[in-house]
Amino acid sequence: MKIRPFRLSLLGLSLFVPAALCAVVLFLIIYSGQAIVFNGLGFLSRITWNLGNLYSDPVTINGIQIPLGANYGILVFIIGTLASSLIAILIAVPLSVGAAIFLAEAVPELERSRPRWMPPIRPALSMLVELVAVVPSVVFGLWGVAVLVPFIGKYLAPSGNGYGLLAASIVLALMITPIIATTLLDSLMQIGKENRESAFALGATHFEVVSKVMLPMVRTTLIGGIVLALGRALGETMAVLMVSGGAINILPTSIFSPVSTIASFIVSQLDSAESDPTNMAVRSLAEIALVLFVITLAVNATAKLLTSGALSVRNRK
Amino acid sequence: MSVTVNNQPRFQALALRRAIISHIGWIACGLGLLLVIGPLLDIVGVVAFNGISAFSLKLFTTTTNGTAGGLLNAIEGTLVISAGGMLIAVPIGVGAGIYLAEYGSNKLGNTIRFLSDVLTGTPSIVLGYFSYIVFVTTLGWDFSVLAAAITIAILIVPYLARITELALRQVPNTMREAGFALGASEPAVVFKIVLPGAISGVVTGALLALAISVGETAPLIYTAGWSNYLWNGKLTNAPIGYLTYVIWTFIDQPDARSHALAFAAAFLVMLVVLAINIGVRLIIRRTKLT
Repeated sequence: MKIRPFRLSLLGLSLFVPAALCAVVLFLIIYSGQAIVFNGLGFLSRITWNLGNLYSDPVTINGIQIPLGANYGILVFIIGTLASSLIAILIAVPLSVGAAIFLAEAVPELERSRPRWMPPIRPALSMLVELVAVVPSVVFGLWGVAVLVPFIGKYLAPSGNGYGLLAASIVLALMITPIIATTLLDSLMQIGKENRESAFALGATHFEVVSKVMLPMVRTTLIGGIVLALGRALGETMAVLMVSGGAINILPTSIFSPVSTIASFIVSQLDSAESDPTNMAVRSLAEIALVLFVITLAVNATAKLLTSGALSVRNRK
Repeated sequence: MSVTVNNQPRFQALALRRAIISHIGWIACGLGLLLVIGPLLDIVGVVAFNGISAFSLKLFTTTTNGTAGGLLNAIEGTLVISAGGMLIAVPIGVGAGIYLAEYGSNKLGNTIRFLSDVLTGTPSIVLGYFSYIVFVTTLGWDFSVLAAAITIAILIVPYLARITELALRQVPNTMREAGFALGASEPAVVFKIVLPGAISGVVTGALLALAISVGETAPLIYTAGWSNYLWNGKLTNAPIGYLTYVIWTFIDQPDARSHALAFAAAFLVMLVVLAINIGVRLIIRRTKLT
């Protein structure tokens, strides 16, 4: 085989990308190794996260040094992550489905009667929906703290405290609507004229055409978009950290309870983990990061399988 | 005959019900769109109003002092970290994009593409924590510009590679063939024909990556640290400030001055991010129309 230096050097550059990913996974595994051994499977099912006594001499268990009384369990954060993401999905799906249908079907109808001097509306509206996705997470968090949390505290929460699961879910919902809406909009626009026209010919109203003919056709893509949005919601950090209230060692009891997600907990623990002389807290945090990586990887892979059309009913011949 | 007569009112009732359901459906959909776009407008409005009213000359000329003062150190830090990240990521990302577009239609290319997608989907906090344990603690760089820039680079490289690949694939194959027919070498075809033909797409990708790096927070908390002072030029062992840090920590402070700083920082970040994204979309639309 002929050696092509140009191709090889380009290949070398592109191998940086998978190398970075492998390095991330590998170093997280190596670094958290002792923590994985010490925490065992109970890591996922224990409620208490206790750094132990950082000022007394560390004790040695099974050859691993840990602070006296240390106990690491992340069930609270797993529940917090799942609860906030699922509620966010529940809020986001109807909104984004409605928005996508309106953009795809109603706006062209409205535009038919638009005066000549007016610029087209749909590109502007769909651009606005796309722009929601690019607003930095921390700006969403700022808006949550300044607008949403006081609102929830004043009108909804019985305790008068707006920080908690509901605020986190609403902010997450707003952040993921554009993902679902644009995925759905794209696939709605690709539906063939014949399908719509035959539905119209049967006497269906325009809304019936959309809800009973077009939506079922794009069901798989819609589910793919929702799973993709779920993947984003699970890993979201800053916005959740700012509005969720940050709970440790207590499971949420209502939608107004303070919660922590896996991602927000990692950020909030930086200072206290650093003060652990045995480093076990930092190692356990690495194990949490690994758990988060595995969860999002599984969710994103599912989304990819769904949106790629491999499972689509229409492709089955 | 009598049957149809008897059914007439029922048909009318059914038609009426269908019409009503349709109207309710459309109104609900419109409401959905309103609820998606409304918060965006509110966010832009609230941040712009509070941000602009906090603007003063002092904001751009002095550094933060506790939770007061200006934002000069944070603005500088964001620029330094983003520039550093781009400096590392653009050559790698564009190179990877070229490889994937020109020679990547094989198993190896598909594997790289898949792993690049996985990297895109990895939560940024996981990348930040990776950098913390590797660069900040194990290599002993402490909180530093280099650790932050490398983290940002890992974050944006997959975007750059993907957008570059898409842009290069738009260049028609006949142009490559014409180049080869004239006896051009592979690098000449890539750098003198394909890349110039797709340069607007590549620049678009770089700008979007810049927008991401300016707005990112989570990976920097564990790598950049925070500093009240201007950057001292050291790549390692010196923490550096950045705008998004001001947003999430100063809004939790009790006094109004630090809130004003948080909003001012948020306004600057949002301005850059939205300007880049709106500009890029308008340009793409114009080139598509012509």
